[in-house]
Amino acid sequence: MYESYLKEKANDIRIDIIRMIHEAGSGHPGGSLGMTDIFTALYFRFLKINVKNPSAPNRDYLILSNGHICPALYATMAHRGFFDKKELMSLRKLNSRLQGHPHRESLSGLETSSGPLGSGLSQAAGLALGLKMDKKNNHIFCLGSDGEHDEGNTWEAVLFAHKNHLDNLTYIIDRNRIQIDGRTEDVMPLGSLKEKYLSFGWGVIEIDGNDMHQIIQALSKALHERNKPLVILANTMPGKGVSFMEGKYEWHGKAPNDEETKKALEELERNEQKS
Amino acid sequence: MKTELKATREGFGAGILLAAKQNPAVVALTADLAGSIGLKKFKKVFPERFIEVGVAEQNLVTVASGLALAGKIPFATSFAAFSPGRNFEQIRTTICYNNQPVIIVGSHVGLGVGEDGATHQMLEDISLMRSLPNMQVIVPCDFEQAKVAVLEIIKKPKPTYLRVNRQKSPIITTSKTEFEIGKAQIMKTGKDITIISNGPMLYEAILATDELKKQKISAELINIHTVKPIDSAAIVKSAKKTKRVLTIEDHTIHGGLGSAVSEVLSQNNPTKMKIMGMNSFGESGTADELYKKYHLTAKDIVSEAKKLLKR
Repeated sequence: MYESYLKEKANDIRIDIIRMIHEAGSGHPGGSLGMTDIFTALYFRFLKINVKNPSAPNRDYLILSNGHICPALYATMAHRGFFDKKELMSLRKLNSRLQGHPHRESLSGLETSSGPLGSGLSQAAGLALGLKMDKKNNHIFCLGSDGEHDEGNTWEAVLFAHKNHLDNLTYIIDRNRIQIDGRTEDVMPLGSLKEKYLSFGWGVIEIDGNDMHQIIQALSKALHERNKPLVILANTMPGKGVSFMEGKYEWHGKAPNDEETKKALEELERNEQKS
Repeated sequence: MKTELKATREGFGAGILLAAKQNPAVVALTADLAGSIGLKKFKKVFPERFIEVGVAEQNLVTVASGLALAGKIPFATSFAAFSPGRNFEQIRTTICYNNQPVIIVGSHVGLGVGEDGATHQMLEDISLMRSLPNMQVIVPCDFEQAKVAVLEIIKKPKPTYLRVNRQKSPIITTSKTEFEIGKAQIMKTGKDITIISNGPMLYEAILATDELKKQKISAELINIHTVKPIDSAAIVKSAKKTKRVLTIEDHTIHGGLGSAVSEVLSQNNPTKMKIMGMNSFGESGTADELYKKYHLTAKDIVSEAKKLLKR
């Protein structure tokens, strides 16, 4: 899929993210909007998947560790054809397949449940190891947040992945520098994640996580021959696409009201017309 | 009944070797405790199926969950104090909520741990694990039962907690003894009082039953090796007959076997009960000294049984 197509598609997905969180009355727009470009590139270009057979054994896997940004995951899946886009408005509602935090058994196409932070990378590593044992060629992408590096479990997985030479594993970190109580560097300073990962023996690629060209280049590299686990440090703008949300940690987990939703959609629709 | 002494953790070790031979999907994980939890031989025989995660119990169970995604049947082993003690949430979310066929093996449980003391004597694991949806909880009474339990579990893999012990204990069953997950094992029939136990503590209950018989008290002895799903029918049937039920476990009285039995009886057939177990932390000492100090011996069962009969 061409870069311009992916950019357009990402904008469409952002529109649905705002609509669905507003309809639900709760949810996490910050990270969801920030990671939309990466979700789009994965689902529309890089992931080997079959929407008609989500559990095909030769598929690539996407493990979402920071499950709260599931609006981005659900919207991307819907646009990709896993289910009807109308269903997006059922987010967080009773009996919905689109649970507030992903539930594996509720929606075909989800690889795991998540929400509590810090365990996605471990699951991805276990999966990667299991597939390696059977000499399979599937690639495993794990999406996580910078905030969840506060959790010790994350670092247990980082050590484990290096020990087991998990070269079929790519960890994409949403480095948006925000978390619930404020900026990451105020709440619990993470410093240079690049240096940290290099010292743990991982390969590191650092990109602007909202630049589709850089995303495409990084994901292409990820699928090439290598001998170690790889992390893509994606510096993203939380709330990307909606001017009054961009960069603000307050929009990590708040739904926009009617007025704010109207403004956000106007901006995103204007953006669509531009391209 | 043989008086040979072997630990249930060794039974697990024997069982998982057989299981791995039967089913190529079986893998074993350890958190730096391979030798302590019966995996030394497994590591030698199946090195490519043996996974060492180091002292990282959160990673232990979440990696196991990932392995299950890849089609494996993972046995994630550690001391129960750390797993499920430390990683309860990860078990809850990545194994139970995901409904993944991972078997959590919690070893070194109860006062039986002995000299290491309270931090290593896990007394709350059954309470924790039976509270989780989708989780089955199995407490084998001896080496043979632990071995058989592993083989039964892999017939229908699902989220499972398997409780095993450090200490050597008498072998009560044989490889031919019937074992069905979820089915109570009636060890002895009687009419005056029902005694329910599981794990190596069952041996103390057997001694108590024999002593009570000498004192002309007929005790019915039931091994509830599967605490969840519990065999309610068998418990109610026995309680209707004897009208007195005593439980004993190497575990806290809050939320374990005794609580599970009382949940069944209070809702189906209210019965006078005595729940024996721990109500504090343990401490250092030999297992025998500790059971004596905390009143969890055959002698104590006899004494409590007679008190219960007077109520």
